[in-house]
Amino acid sequence: MSTTAPDRPGVGEADPQPEGSARLLSALDPTGAPVTLAAHRSTYPQPLAANGRARSLVDEVDAAGLRGRGGAGFPTAHKLRAALDAPGDPIVVVNGTEGEPASAKDRFLLASSPQLVLDGALLAARAIGATEVRVCVERGAERELVAVHRAIEERRGVEPLPDVQVLATPNHFVAGEESALVHWLDGGDALPTGRLVRPTLRGVAGRPTLVDNVETLAHLAQVNRFGAEWFRRSGTAAEPGTRLCTVTLPDGSRRVVEAGCGSPLAPIATAAGATLDGSGGVLVGGYFGAWITAAEAAGAAFGDDGLHHLGATAGCGVIAPLPPGVCGWCETARALWWMAGESAGQCGPCVNGLGAIADLAGQVAGGSAPANAVPWLQRWGDQVDGRGACRLPDGAVRLLRSALRVFAREVDQHLGLGRCPLGSVGFLPFPDHRSAPWR
Amino acid sequence: MAVIRRLAVDPIRCDGRGLCAELFPERVSLDDWGFPIVDPTPIDAALLRDARRAVQLCPVLALRVETVPVELPVRH
Repeated sequence: MSTTAPDRPGVGEADPQPEGSARLLSALDPTGAPVTLAAHRSTYPQPLAANGRARSLVDEVDAAGLRGRGGAGFPTAHKLRAALDAPGDPIVVVNGTEGEPASAKDRFLLASSPQLVLDGALLAARAIGATEVRVCVERGAERELVAVHRAIEERRGVEPLPDVQVLATPNHFVAGEESALVHWLDGGDALPTGRLVRPTLRGVAGRPTLVDNVETLAHLAQVNRFGAEWFRRSGTAAEPGTRLCTVTLPDGSRRVVEAGCGSPLAPIATAAGATLDGSGGVLVGGYFGAWITAAEAAGAAFGDDGLHHLGATAGCGVIAPLPPGVCGWCETARALWWMAGESAGQCGPCVNGLGAIADLAGQVAGGSAPANAVPWLQRWGDQVDGRGACRLPDGAVRLLRSALRVFAREVDQHLGLGRCPLGSVGFLPFPDHRSAPWR
Repeated sequence: MAVIRRLAVDPIRCDGRGLCAELFPERVSLDDWGFPIVDPTPIDAALLRDARRAVQLCPVLALRVETVPVELPVRH
C-alpha cells in the first residue's frame, strides 16, 4: 500500500502503468490541489481510446473483476450490461454522496483527482450509450463541488462533452442509497423507495440508470487505460484491484490510503498513522460495518473474504481502531442513536425498532439499563433485521450484534457498575443531519 | 417453470394495523410494536385462499402474494 505518490512515470516512457498499490493515488498533485486536465492527460492521454484492446470496455471490466467500491461490492460489469441491455435512453449517475461519516475517500478522490472520476463517468456513459451524466456530491462538500465544477469547465471547448451536470444532494445517510438518489433526481425526496425493479432497468424518469460510486468509476478509467490483466496484479483473485481506505487516527482525524483488496489490515492502519496496540476494538466497513477485536484485526486481511468469518466486510473501506481508553460500547450506543436519527421514517420496524434499540443501548452506556438489557437488544435486533425498504436497519443490527460480541465485557461492566468503566469519551464522528432537508 | 408463492409486505406502505396477523397467523406474526413479521415459507394450495384474503383486506394495501420461480434463490 502507499500513502504517498511514488515518482510519476514520465511522459513517453514505454510502460506508464502505476506499479504497486498506489494507483488512484499515484499521480496526485503534491500541493493537494486537484490534478489539472493537462497533468491528467499526461498519464491518460486519450481517455476514450480502446488502448489496443480487442475487448469492449464492458468485457474488459468484467475480465478485471471490478466490484463497486461504495460498500455493497456489486460486480460493475453486471450493472453496465444491465443498463446496456435495458430499453430506453440511458443515463449515468456518479454517486459521490459518501453518507458514511467515518469515510472520507470519495471526497478525497473528488477533490484530488476529479478528472480521473470524470474519465470513468464518460467512459461508462459511452459504453452504455448514455448522453447524460449527473455527478452527485453531498451538500456542504464545497471543496469537492468546486473541484468537479472546475474539472468540467476545463474540458469544455477542449474535449467533446456530453450533457454533464453537478448536483448537490441532501446530506442524509440514506440519501446516497441507489433508489433514494434516483427518487431525488426525479424531483422527489431523497428517500429509499424499496422498489424491486433495479435502476439499471428503470431509474431516473423510467430510463435505464447506471449509478456508480466515484471510486468505482476511477478504477473503471484505469481498467480502460491499463487493462484487466494490469488491474488484477493487485488484490486477490476473488477481490482484484486496490481500494481506497479511510483510517481514523487516535485524534479523530482521518487519512485516506490505498491498498490491494484483501491485503493485511494491520499495515494499512500503520501506514496511515494508526495503531492496533491497546485498542479495545476496530470498526471496519463504517457504521454499516462491524466491530472486530484488535487481535482479530491484527491477523485479518482487509477484504470481504478475509473478514467474512468475523461477520464483517470491507464495506466502503473504513478502518477505525478505538484508541486506548475509549469505550467501544459507548461509541456503539452513539452510532445507534445516530443511525436511528438517520431513519427516513418510512418503515415501522426501522422507526420503532432502531429507536428502541438506540434508547436501550444508550441506557446501558449511561448505566441505567435493566439487568436483562442484552436479551432485549438481541430480541429487537432479530425482529428488525431485514425488514426495511432499505438496508439501514440491517446495518444497525449488524453493528449492534458485533458490539455485543466484541464488547461483551464492557457491557457487563456498565450493567454491574451502573456507569461506564472507562469514562465515556466521544471518538467517532456524527454529523448532525436532523434538520437537513430531504429534497 | 415451477413457481412458489409467498407472502411479502411493503414496509413503506405498512401502518402496522395488524389485520394480517389475525387473518393469516400461519405466516404473519407481529413484532413488539405491532408491525407484521412475514414468514417467507412458500404458501401451498391449501393456504392460498387465506393468504389472498389477508392481501385483500389489508387496509393500506401493503401485502402481496409473490410468485417466484423456484430456480432462483428464495429471498429472506
